[in-house]
Amino acid sequence: MRFLPEMGTAMTKQMLRELTPQQYLDLYYYMRLNRAVEDTMVKLFRQNKIVGGLYSSLGQEAISVGTCYALEKKDWIAPMIRNIGALLVKGVPPRDIFMQHMAKYDSPTKGRDGTSHFGDLENRHIVSPISMLGDLIPVMTGVAVGGRYLGQKIVTMTWIGDGGSSTGVFHEGLNFAATQKAPFVLILENNLWAYSTPVRRQVPLENLADRAKAYGIDSYIVDGNNVVAVFNAAREAVERARAGGGPILIEAKTFRRLGHAQHDPAEYVPKEMRAYWEARDPIALYEKFLTAEKLLDAAGKKEIDEKLEALLAAEREFAENSPMPPAEFAEGGVYCTGDDCHPIRPKWERPAGELTPPKSSVKPVWTVPGFGSGKGSGGAGAPIHFGDTRVVAAGAMASNGRPGKTAAKPNAKSAPKKAKAAAAGASRKARR
Amino acid sequence: MAGGKGTAAGGKEITFLEAIRQAMFEEMERDPAVLLMGEDVGVYGGAFKTSEGLLERFGWERVIDTPISESAIIGAACGMSYLGLRPICEMQFIDFIVCAFNQITNFVAKGHYLWNAPAPMVIRGPSGGGVHGGPFHSANPEMYFVHTPGLKVIYPSTPYDAKGLLKAAVRDNNPVLFFEHKFLYRRIKGEVPAGDYTVPIGRAVIRREGQHLTILSYAAMAHSSLEAAEELAKEGVEAEVIDLRTLLPLDEETIVNSVRKTNKCLVVHEDTKTGGIAGEIAALLCEKAFSDLDGPVLRVTALDTPVPYAPTLEDYFLPNAKKVFAAAKELARY
Repeated sequence: MRFLPEMGTAMTKQMLRELTPQQYLDLYYYMRLNRAVEDTMVKLFRQNKIVGGLYSSLGQEAISVGTCYALEKKDWIAPMIRNIGALLVKGVPPRDIFMQHMAKYDSPTKGRDGTSHFGDLENRHIVSPISMLGDLIPVMTGVAVGGRYLGQKIVTMTWIGDGGSSTGVFHEGLNFAATQKAPFVLILENNLWAYSTPVRRQVPLENLADRAKAYGIDSYIVDGNNVVAVFNAAREAVERARAGGGPILIEAKTFRRLGHAQHDPAEYVPKEMRAYWEARDPIALYEKFLTAEKLLDAAGKKEIDEKLEALLAAEREFAENSPMPPAEFAEGGVYCTGDDCHPIRPKWERPAGELTPPKSSVKPVWTVPGFGSGKGSGGAGAPIHFGDTRVVAAGAMASNGRPGKTAAKPNAKSAPKKAKAAAAGASRKARR
Repeated sequence: MAGGKGTAAGGKEITFLEAIRQAMFEEMERDPAVLLMGEDVGVYGGAFKTSEGLLERFGWERVIDTPISESAIIGAACGMSYLGLRPICEMQFIDFIVCAFNQITNFVAKGHYLWNAPAPMVIRGPSGGGVHGGPFHSANPEMYFVHTPGLKVIYPSTPYDAKGLLKAAVRDNNPVLFFEHKFLYRRIKGEVPAGDYTVPIGRAVIRREGQHLTILSYAAMAHSSLEAAEELAKEGVEAEVIDLRTLLPLDEETIVNSVRKTNKCLVVHEDTKTGGIAGEIAALLCEKAFSDLDGPVLRVTALDTPVPYAPTLEDYFLPNAKKVFAAAKELARY
């Protein structure tokens, strides 16, 4: 296993230009909140108050928090099981997360589902995950394409693991997103383990970001334990997606510090690997950075400690006092019964005149630039579009029988120039 | 094509296929939230031309040609529905719906019950055999989905019902699966009224009244059942023929009321026998009308095999009016 040498040590002064002091502290607060919420749930689990399994994002908080913090309020997310941090950034109160795990009647799903399987279509724009991996990718593509049609200028984001990137629907979804140029950002959390199977046995790639090439989309690789780097990469991706640049894949390198779930001691993880990553705890690293940059002092830290303690005690108490759902609540609710149940009205933010009465001349809100005009094609109107990939001639084959390096030269022009400086820290373009 | 390319061409005979095209056209005309997605639905107008003229009228933001990715089609439609849009997904052949099985059964169907998220969307496509399409272009996969709480499943048999039910499906706040028997596409014509109308989901219809026995059926087999009923009448057996139209939710009231009257029931479907809806209906009648039954609930269905390709094999595999007639005669003797 090769680790990127700069992992966890790349917090440079350069980043200071990028964020306001409040943003720095927000990132810190949400990571601390993320960890405190999960610590509380471990206690609840040990007291047998959690009904099902408990999944941890210990050591991965920088990813959930840093990526979701790059979104606007109107944007949509679909968190996976290890993205409680994203839920918190979206404003979900910790009590909802506790009650979900405890199957309480006051939980968002009223006990019908557990863990972080809940959503909020109306206010926070959260789509609930399901346990099958990859399914959120086409769904969030649909939200992105639908939002664009409605004129909402939203960006959608979801997360997937290294293991989940092997599912068929990952491919179908990302490919469809790419063909639609959907304003969609996919965060691939490479935590090196898919349950007990190491990433090498899941995917024969050094960088999972390379998967993006197959869909003709851009990707970034980022140190997933560096919250500022994660935020910067996500912010750039979100801006580009919102501007119509199409979907972007961000691979965040990190490590799953605990087992697949609470029951799993993860003895299959080599000691050296664990030690390496434990020394790069995202919160400890960030705290060091904030202290060095005088953004956080002992008094400020104590204030946050106390705030979290009081908040979580109250939230936990509320959750524990909530009742279990009445047994008969198992029945009903399968169908939406109509307007009284859910008045379904799309929120148009496009001039209605553009759409009603329908006209085939309605201008699309996006186009596919370059279609039929790639370098390798016969120009606009050519019957076949070769994109900008050079056709491999027989002589160009390297001696090892594989195409030479010149075979594929992705188009880098679509990346805005100014964004490169922003990402020059720990975040950088995927290896090409 | 009957009905032209324009809006409601009502009050005249149109094909089953044209009824579906008109339903989509009119719903998209009525509500800009309605979109169509699928493989070759745009430029080509659909493999069976059910979406002919839609791209020209509504533009490619609303008529989306997709990659060959059924899971992506269904998933994306689900995402769109969360914004209040009402996408219609076409499966080029309904056989391919199983490629998106997980999306439909786990994501789309469970959302309202689990987290209060309605998914107003329609999944439709050509189904059924009798056209020598072979084992992968002739399926009747309705029961996979009838077994999935949260879905509605429609399988019409006439142009009038196809148009009215498809419109109702688009306006429904739930995910609706709409099966179109491709044997009927161009073979069946029927009158549809001028102007807008819907047919309620979840209601069966009595196609022919009778007092000696009830034949329950749907889709292409509703026609075979009617044909058999006419033959039966020549021998003095008056069969009541009911077209279920919607399989989920099932119109239990119409079924039970008819059997209480005739005291005998034959269920006919083109789906294979084991796990077909006939078994479900037999159980329903045992629960709700046991003391009214004067004979066993009989089934006429396809064989429990994949749909074979050769015409001789497929003809043997499929139920038909003759098989319905024979079973009904047997049942009438009780």
